[in-house]
Amino acid sequence: MGYPHPLHERETPLLSQYFGDPEARSLDGWKSRGGYKGLEQALGMAQADITNVVKDSGLRGRGGAGFPTGLKWSFMKPGDGKPHYLCCNADESEPGTFKDREVMRWTPHALVEGCAIAAYAIGAETTYIYIRGEFTEPLLWMNRAVEEAYADGILGANAMGTGKRIDMHVHKGAGAYICGEETALMESLEGRRGNPRIKPPFPAVSGVFGMPTTINNVETLAAVPQILLQGADWYKKMSLSNPKSTGTKLYSVCGNVKKPGTYEVVMGFPFKDFLYDLCGGPLDGRKFKAVIPGGASVPIQTMAEAEATLMDYEGFVAQGTMLGSGGVIVIDDAQSMVRVIARIARFFAHESCAQCTQCREGTAWTTKILERIRDGHGTMEDLDTLIEIGENMTGTTICVLSDSCAVPVISGIKKFRSEFESLIQGRRVHPVLEAVA
Amino acid sequence: MAERKMVNLTIEGRPVSVPEGTSILEAAKVAGILIPHYCYHPGLPIAGVCRMCLVEVEKAPKLAPSCATTVAEGQVVRVHTERAVEARKGVLEFLLINHPLDCPICDQSGECELQDYTYQEGRGESRYREPKRFNPMEDFGGDVIYVPNRCILCTRCVRFMEDVAQDTVLNVCERGDRALIGKFEGKDLTHPWAGNVVDLCPVGALLSKDFLNKSRAWELDRSASICPNCTQGCNVMLETRDAQIARIKPRPNEAVNKFFICDYGRLNYRWINRTDRLEQPMVRTSGALQTIDWDVAIHAAAGLLRDRRAYVLASPMLSNEALHLLSKLASRNAGTREFRVATGDEAPLAGVEDLALRRDRAANVYGAELFGFRRTEAPLSSLAASDVLVVAGDDLKNIDPSIVERAAEVIVIGTTLPEAARNATVALPITNFAEEEGTFTNLRGRVQRFTQAKPAPGLARPSWLVLGDLLGVLGQQQEFFLPSEVFADIARSYHELAGLSYDRLGMKGLPVLSAQPAGAPA
Repeated sequence: MGYPHPLHERETPLLSQYFGDPEARSLDGWKSRGGYKGLEQALGMAQADITNVVKDSGLRGRGGAGFPTGLKWSFMKPGDGKPHYLCCNADESEPGTFKDREVMRWTPHALVEGCAIAAYAIGAETTYIYIRGEFTEPLLWMNRAVEEAYADGILGANAMGTGKRIDMHVHKGAGAYICGEETALMESLEGRRGNPRIKPPFPAVSGVFGMPTTINNVETLAAVPQILLQGADWYKKMSLSNPKSTGTKLYSVCGNVKKPGTYEVVMGFPFKDFLYDLCGGPLDGRKFKAVIPGGASVPIQTMAEAEATLMDYEGFVAQGTMLGSGGVIVIDDAQSMVRVIARIARFFAHESCAQCTQCREGTAWTTKILERIRDGHGTMEDLDTLIEIGENMTGTTICVLSDSCAVPVISGIKKFRSEFESLIQGRRVHPVLEAVA
Repeated sequence: MAERKMVNLTIEGRPVSVPEGTSILEAAKVAGILIPHYCYHPGLPIAGVCRMCLVEVEKAPKLAPSCATTVAEGQVVRVHTERAVEARKGVLEFLLINHPLDCPICDQSGECELQDYTYQEGRGESRYREPKRFNPMEDFGGDVIYVPNRCILCTRCVRFMEDVAQDTVLNVCERGDRALIGKFEGKDLTHPWAGNVVDLCPVGALLSKDFLNKSRAWELDRSASICPNCTQGCNVMLETRDAQIARIKPRPNEAVNKFFICDYGRLNYRWINRTDRLEQPMVRTSGALQTIDWDVAIHAAAGLLRDRRAYVLASPMLSNEALHLLSKLASRNAGTREFRVATGDEAPLAGVEDLALRRDRAANVYGAELFGFRRTEAPLSSLAASDVLVVAGDDLKNIDPSIVERAAEVIVIGTTLPEAARNATVALPITNFAEEEGTFTNLRGRVQRFTQAKPAPGLARPSWLVLGDLLGVLGQQQEFFLPSEVFADIARSYHELAGLSYDRLGMKGLPVLSAQPAGAPA
């Protein structure tokens, strides 16, 4: 079942199968749809075997970085005498991304089950699900699901009657984009200001409360139960392109497109078909101009690049961008790229945690210049300055927020320079009116 | 101490060997290279946020923050490559875009790291065309004012209060370029060690109210000294302008005060600048104290002391040298040696072991005891009518003048003439600790040198010189020409200080007992 649109025949609904089905939210509803079979199976397996299945499946982090999930789990060393933690990163705040929200709204038990399996596999006594504070509805459903799972004995000191302990807590974030960065999330979870930490040490060595921690995205964890039930090979085969990218991926599509929403396709799906067929193409009388395929922090694609893209980790990189979070932002010819980029920069300037100099000052400076150009007061030197600022902001800070701000600016100026130049030259372009004339 | 494994690496082509776990930044210091930095401070936890100390590490794809990167065997580090210099130039440009160019009216000017590094490797001209961020100045309480416009958010002050003072007063509030240092509701920088945030601030964002607009940094003369205000013996720099102490700054000493001094010591310096001083030697003639030359005064004092018992009330603010000679003076005829100490509340700096503003508010209590002076709450209680009372440095405050009058004669050796000793027969003006050279012994028995920071007023002479001359006239010993000679005499006389000399003490001092050379007689 797709949501809010009817399921498209070319979608592969693994995670989104029950989106829009209110009955799947309850424990009973979830169980009658095959829920918690994966956890039951997992609790009968050796911990390392679960990790190996996930490793073999080729599942990679769906939060943006694409790190192999099984490998990440194998960094944990259960039985070293320390407390271990699993963190579920549900602080989905990348502009244009709302896939995790749908998972939590419609299938909260899928996430609880995925978390429980992962927690058992890595030997984490406690799981924290850190949910973005603005996600009031997902919070409601997740809290309810965790309560139900405790009441039913799925979680707790004697999980599913196996004598194994799995504890789970839902934590509400306080409204900072940066808390989606894994180490900032941990700081925030510990009750401090959400500032990213210097790495190393990595979370597997020193994470939540300084203890070994694994942190995974919602979509990653929600995919685990089915991988366990159906096997690594089944999951691995779901790829149209590259064996390094397996399974399905949720995309949240927004912007100037006929059918925005959350879509699920297998890795390697042609982006052109995705945009024109699944998403219904551009609005009437308009043309696509650009796509930001993985949330606001990945490079902007021209349509030529987008149409040549196969949707997987490597496919997006081959066409000059990244899969990122799967937040597809479609921009059509009625939009000014300068306005779009200035708005994105403003977002990052607002959300910079202010630790690193380049980010604190660079994001704000970039925004000020872009908004000046937008308002018709730019100079040609500004474009060079913007690119140089962007270069100084790249690869020099604790986390990648600084890079994330520079990326759309640099790619935007390089790919849509004429729009900047015409604004600077005082010619206010209105693409639609101009097209009509 | 456990042996730490040494790691060998190359920094800017210079081979260097440092203990495992050392940061590249610290290793570079060993190699004689200063990597520019703001947020890093050896006395604070690592933050790694200013991104100024970026260096190139061979085989690493990205530039590394040298403060937060530990050394590795065989590592090759380059500080001055084009890439690293460009990155730091970028940081400087970012730091300056919102920084006011108000150096001419900024107290930090001349000792500002933002100025220094900008001259060293910054851009000559700004590309910033937008309005600068503005936030009003704020009184942070205590001695501290915050000028947010100059702040570079290095968070040294926040980390000092949180981790070293362990009194969480400051925070970073707001995000992005709106961020500034904030103060928690209802809290002020009233912690007894809070003033250190001013020293820690690499720019002119945190300023001392006491020093505000008092002097430019380059007009100050700096003399290494020891804080005289308690028995901790914090190493300080006395900073003078026109022969007046303008401020006191900490002088790093890993064994005593790390990088810090307390606000009491920092701000309690006005007495050093006092102008109501005893400036001329005086002898009572025809019922009144008359100024006279030094030779006559010394001989007059010697004449009073020659056949009588000396009752010495010394100040524990005097140097080891002075106390040693006073002790000799008293022991001539089995005299009395005593001292009293002003006390106050102890105020520890929680994050540093064995560092506190001590209860005893004088520098040399330990020294006084070492030289045989007895600590008393009731001074002069055993003063006999035949005694010659020698008041050395004590101001006789709260002592009944009638007790003083019991003495046969009174000799004042001091910086001022105490009210209660108006009837003194001889008054010998001496310099205070900032006007002479000498040593103090702190409460852990560490002997530390201080140097002269300002000229002596009038004809006042260093205490060791006056006492040396007096003992010389009394035939007790040779004259001294240098304080180091008095110290050599101490080292000969006390086994605890055997083998010590000014040269061996250096400017960081040594503990008295462990300083004995191996095999020396106990």
